[in-house]
Amino acid sequence: MHIFKDTKYDFLRWRWHALVLSWVIILAGLFVLATKGIPKGVEFAGGTVVITEFSKPTSVEDVRAALDRSFRGGDVVVQAYGDPSKNQVRVRVPSIGAEKGQGLSATKDAVVAALQKSGLGEFRVAGSEIVGPTVGAELTSKGIWATALSLVGILAYLAFRFQFSFGVGAVVATIHDLLVTLAFLAFFRYDMSLNVIAAVLTMTGFSTNDTIVIFDRIRENLRGMRRDSMYQIINASVNQTLGRTVITSGTALLTSLALFFFGGEVLHGFAFTMVVGIITGTYSSVFIAAAIVSFWRGTAPTRAGAHAPASTSAPQQTPAPQQPTRKTKAQRKARAS
Amino acid sequence: MQNIRWKVITIVVVLVVFAGVGVYPILAGRYHWPSPGWLQEKQLKLGLDLKGGVQLEMRVETDDALRLQTDQESERLRDELTKKGVMFTNLTTPSVTQFKFEGVPPAQAAAFRDAANEVRANYDLSPGTNGTYTFTMKPNIAQQLGDEAVVQARETIERRINELGVTEPSIAQQGTDQLLVQLPGVTDVDKAKAIMGSPGLLELKIVEQGPMSTKESLLVGGQVPSGMEIVPGSSGAPGDTANTSYYLVRKVAAVTGRDLRNARTSLDENNQPAVAFTLNNEGGRKFGNVTGDNVGRQLAIILDGRVQSAPRIDSRISTDGRITGSFTNEEVQNLSLILRSGALPAKLDYLSEGTISPSLGADSIRSGVIASFVGLLLIVLFMLVYYKFSGINAVVALVFNLIILLGLMAYIGAVMTLPGIAGFVLTMGIGVDSNVLIFERIKEELEAGRSSRQSMNAGFSRVFWTLVDTHVAALISAAFLFNFGTGPIRGFAVTLALGLASNLFTSIFVSKTLFELELTGRGQGAQLSI
Repeated sequence: MHIFKDTKYDFLRWRWHALVLSWVIILAGLFVLATKGIPKGVEFAGGTVVITEFSKPTSVEDVRAALDRSFRGGDVVVQAYGDPSKNQVRVRVPSIGAEKGQGLSATKDAVVAALQKSGLGEFRVAGSEIVGPTVGAELTSKGIWATALSLVGILAYLAFRFQFSFGVGAVVATIHDLLVTLAFLAFFRYDMSLNVIAAVLTMTGFSTNDTIVIFDRIRENLRGMRRDSMYQIINASVNQTLGRTVITSGTALLTSLALFFFGGEVLHGFAFTMVVGIITGTYSSVFIAAAIVSFWRGTAPTRAGAHAPASTSAPQQTPAPQQPTRKTKAQRKARAS
Repeated sequence: MQNIRWKVITIVVVLVVFAGVGVYPILAGRYHWPSPGWLQEKQLKLGLDLKGGVQLEMRVETDDALRLQTDQESERLRDELTKKGVMFTNLTTPSVTQFKFEGVPPAQAAAFRDAANEVRANYDLSPGTNGTYTFTMKPNIAQQLGDEAVVQARETIERRINELGVTEPSIAQQGTDQLLVQLPGVTDVDKAKAIMGSPGLLELKIVEQGPMSTKESLLVGGQVPSGMEIVPGSSGAPGDTANTSYYLVRKVAAVTGRDLRNARTSLDENNQPAVAFTLNNEGGRKFGNVTGDNVGRQLAIILDGRVQSAPRIDSRISTDGRITGSFTNEEVQNLSLILRSGALPAKLDYLSEGTISPSLGADSIRSGVIASFVGLLLIVLFMLVYYKFSGINAVVALVFNLIILLGLMAYIGAVMTLPGIAGFVLTMGIGVDSNVLIFERIKEELEAGRSSRQSMNAGFSRVFWTLVDTHVAALISAAFLFNFGTGPIRGFAVTLALGLASNLFTSIFVSKTLFELELTGRGQGAQLSI
């Protein structure tokens, strides 16, 4: 079986459309973030989460009503949690107890007390999380730093392995993926949680994979297709690698979907982020990363001298690739003459 | 032939070792198979989010340690000045690292500096106008004291947790002054917090006067007499001044909790729960001297700044004493535990707490396992359909990859967390990508008219550096992820990184060996099903 065999799509012709589409999504996402704010998980926003397990079926509305009656703690968010047969309810309150000392759990105790008074039947606290505001602030800055530094790390590595323009292309594509993923998180109102950040960081590593595969092929073709313009080389490279780009993303997508549908409540945001990240990562490898290189390098025909550093600096020891084979001999002759 | 035999042997050995460490103990535990203890001990550990337990994040108030040092040094200098007859009008402590003497007469400036010589080892002295001298703690000393306080706090908490009998607790320092404590299997978070966070500072001081019902009645000329302090009694709540009695005690403690050798539960003469303590030799000598000199007076037993009781000293006491009060049995147990493990050098501020019940953790494990199997099934189906016979090769490499990953995690003692399971599932989807890249390349070479063997060799060698690049890029982000996260997220980063490493081995070495096996003994015209 072979999908996308010998395709000849002119991907670069669509680069402007792609850029516009990406900007529309990103700006819409930013607009949603600016107007509605980022929904933050309790780790980042601080606050109290209590997961209770009732001994008999209890509706979210009943719990909310019970809390409204006798709990004074600001905006209470009540959601069903986990497997419906377990009658679990998740209550989130933005406040905690006193910030210092042992009073941290005051809000949790108040929630539990309010539920005990409610007459909703027996229940037990299956889990709780109480986060003070300092933790959230620290995590936010750490998360941003980790993401930024990992981008710099990837840029540096790719600049070392390829040319600087390739590194820039890969990193711009990854930043694009980050922004698009954030936009989708904003559209679907997923909480920014630690797991989501973990997925975002994983995605930065993974979304460069397809880009690297394409860039590897461009580098290979730069040596093999010396007469062709950068435009043609990039297009040919994207087409030649199209099959594997789609398949590799497809397998990663399959497992992410398995996580999304079966991984349970806690991993929902994580899996969603991965799904979006993988799709946009594939799209950006094809439409954005290569386009950046073409903008950077221009569309002029490549000359042997222009990319000499690429072949000398690359530690690749394999013999010069001969793809596509038919052209190679003619080209070697052309260069010799 | 010789070559390939060794490759197969290597693979089998690696597989058996990792399966033995990583997979067998899990199955053995589940199906009650025989398994040696040392192997069960090496078993893959579950994180708190899967096992259930309590996690607390706290900050050590290192300022407390600095304040203590500043108080001690300023008091010492005050004594020294009094001894040498150097005058001053006022002593203040503007911050935890500063103290200031005011109104030292110009004529005594030289004597003052002389007396301050010792203090200046740790404090910088800056003279001001009108005989004002400001001492500021040297930054490196402050740093050192802060670090020591964090280490001591950590050790004290460790001792207390061990006394509580928690299995496999974890206490880790985060940043400069934070601690992350994980207590698997613990569900009573309030008790854990009370025991860890109690200062546990025991002081025995001679009572000069008291108890009185108001602070004012203990003052002499409107002031606390020099070298004395007023300590509230334990009766009544902190805000409830009506029932609180006050004691005027000597500021310098006869002995403190540091001189304790042991503390245990006991009963007082009325059969009420009490804590009996034994002092070490040094403490016993000091205590003997003080009690011998003060027979007939009261001795205040002060715990965390409150007088618990103030019995009369009937005779010289050397090493044994008892703390009585209105305690419950549980309080007495906790108190003796806290005293045994020593005082905290500084207050703890709880920053966050989380509890997960074992059943919630079990739910997470169940859904994680289901997701893993669904993911594996999808990948296997896809690879078999798309790559036909060679798909088996990829699936074998993938299964090896997962076995090695589990084995590696168990071997290095990494912890499996819920995000770690996600990393495990992702490893399948991302790991098989290496095979896809190689197979696609082989197809390409085959289409260019090369023989199976040539195509296979070219496929592996051409893609090798691409794989290195993609894996390094992914490792870079995993490294930053590890650095960013705590607990569960670290588990994820570790799983991901180890998965990447073992994937390089399986997709290149194992997969290639499988192809070689397939082509061995077949002629040049052998066809690959790919």
